[in-house]
Amino acid sequence: MEDRTCDDADMTEQRVVADGLFTWPSDEPQLIGSHFPESGVTVFPEATACPKTASRVVEQVLLPRRGTLWSWTIQGFPPKNPPYLGTESPKDFVPYGVGYVQLADEVIVESRLTVNDPAQLSIGMEMELVVIPFTTDPEGREVLTYAFAPVATQQNGAAA
Amino acid sequence: MSDDVAIVGIGIHPFGRHDISGMEQGAIAARAAMADAKVEWSDIQYAFGGSSAAGNADTMVSMLGLTGLPFINVANGCATGGSALISAYNSIKAGAADVVMAIGFDKHPRGAFDPDPASFGLGKWYGDSGLMLTTQFFGMKIQRYMHQHGITRSTLAKVSVKNFANGSLNENAWRRKPMSEDEVLDAAMLSDPLTQYMFCSPGEGGVALVLARADKAKEYTDRPVYLKSAVLRSRPFGSFEVFNSWLSPDRGNSPSVGAAKAAFEMAGVSPKDISFAQVQDTESGAEIMHMAECGLCEDGEQERMIQEGQTNIGGRLPINTDGGCIANGEPIGASGLRQVYESVLQLQGRAGARQVENATTGFTHVYGAPGISACTVLSV
Repeated sequence: MEDRTCDDADMTEQRVVADGLFTWPSDEPQLIGSHFPESGVTVFPEATACPKTASRVVEQVLLPRRGTLWSWTIQGFPPKNPPYLGTESPKDFVPYGVGYVQLADEVIVESRLTVNDPAQLSIGMEMELVVIPFTTDPEGREVLTYAFAPVATQQNGAAA
Repeated sequence: MSDDVAIVGIGIHPFGRHDISGMEQGAIAARAAMADAKVEWSDIQYAFGGSSAAGNADTMVSMLGLTGLPFINVANGCATGGSALISAYNSIKAGAADVVMAIGFDKHPRGAFDPDPASFGLGKWYGDSGLMLTTQFFGMKIQRYMHQHGITRSTLAKVSVKNFANGSLNENAWRRKPMSEDEVLDAAMLSDPLTQYMFCSPGEGGVALVLARADKAKEYTDRPVYLKSAVLRSRPFGSFEVFNSWLSPDRGNSPSVGAAKAAFEMAGVSPKDISFAQVQDTESGAEIMHMAECGLCEDGEQERMIQEGQTNIGGRLPINTDGGCIANGEPIGASGLRQVYESVLQLQGRAGARQVENATTGFTHVYGAPGISACTVLSV
């Protein structure tokens, strides 16, 4: 994958899609969730009440960076804008992967994936969190969000 | 006790794309339902109705008559029609009225739904980053289900083939052209593994039902259909729904499991006893998964059932006999009531070329965001 988020920071102005979703800037970003100690439930992103017990005793947690692919799809057509920030025409649209990744026994999180080729995706494969630019906002800033990359691909990308 | 409520009149405005407003389509359906029950608007003592994108249902009194009746708007996503029906059912059960109308209609813009994240309790980031699409959820739910239960792409396609074939026999359906399995499989891949012709499209249409106390039903029709149960459930912990940024590894049931179980129990009917079912087929995978969630088969059993044509009209358990959402499209407010409309036609022997032989008991199931399910059991 094109892991250019850090290197390009000096050249192109960037912003995160929302504060509080993941630790950034960071060489090893982590998603930020909520853990409810009374029920053991972990959610993403942060929440104020436990969906299982309604408990409001809550702690912030940084979620594991690696997990396994629980399910996936490929977004094959350009989403409507709004709500999507992307503005590509149907002709220029590049399909993107979307999946659920299970992080240990804590939580299964929904995420964009860095690959969009069904042949490179299979349920149970190991995935790792990265931060990627996915579009450019009207002010010309690259917008960053979290995504999961297949661990093997991620290592290849880092080595390149 | 469970025979307390009957459906005595049904009306529909054809589904598809039309030049008139969604509300007018609802009014046309309402007039047709009243004609079917041989009643006037002034006979209707209570009304419940809704649409998602075509206005406040109670505004319709300006088209049907300013009789002063209580008319309550219902807004419950894809279960809007089902919720209107349950409200009508309960109002009769409660003794608040003897003759009640449930109505649903809609008119959506072309293309996939583009809901506002905030209305689902989600941050703006969720839509900004390209996750606010119902299509992704359906793709990921069936992807995992296929992995776990051995459902093939051929079976996904066969559901669409069946529903388009059934729709071709339905003069009120939107998509009336039969399609081959290859055409379905070779269509544009919208959300892997689901192609364009496996998905239904947002559309337009209206449906209205006249309900009455069962002991008075014969005053309106010689073929009343009894609403044996009408149940709505929201999601339990651990279910997998549209627009979830996280799931619990501690997996639980979908709301359809609870709604269907309660509907069958309330009706005193076993899933084995039903003559046909109308289940939510937002896409072909949803029909497959909902069959098991509603207790109509075991997980994985669908593969053989569908390959053998058991869910076709003429099969052991016909499903979506009017073509379902895949052939009718999904005008959200009307969709759940369309299932009931078709079931009444079938139970009254009025379904013409798509009539299920000896139909005595039917089941309907609607599902929608953010994880709601409404089921009914109907019988003659």
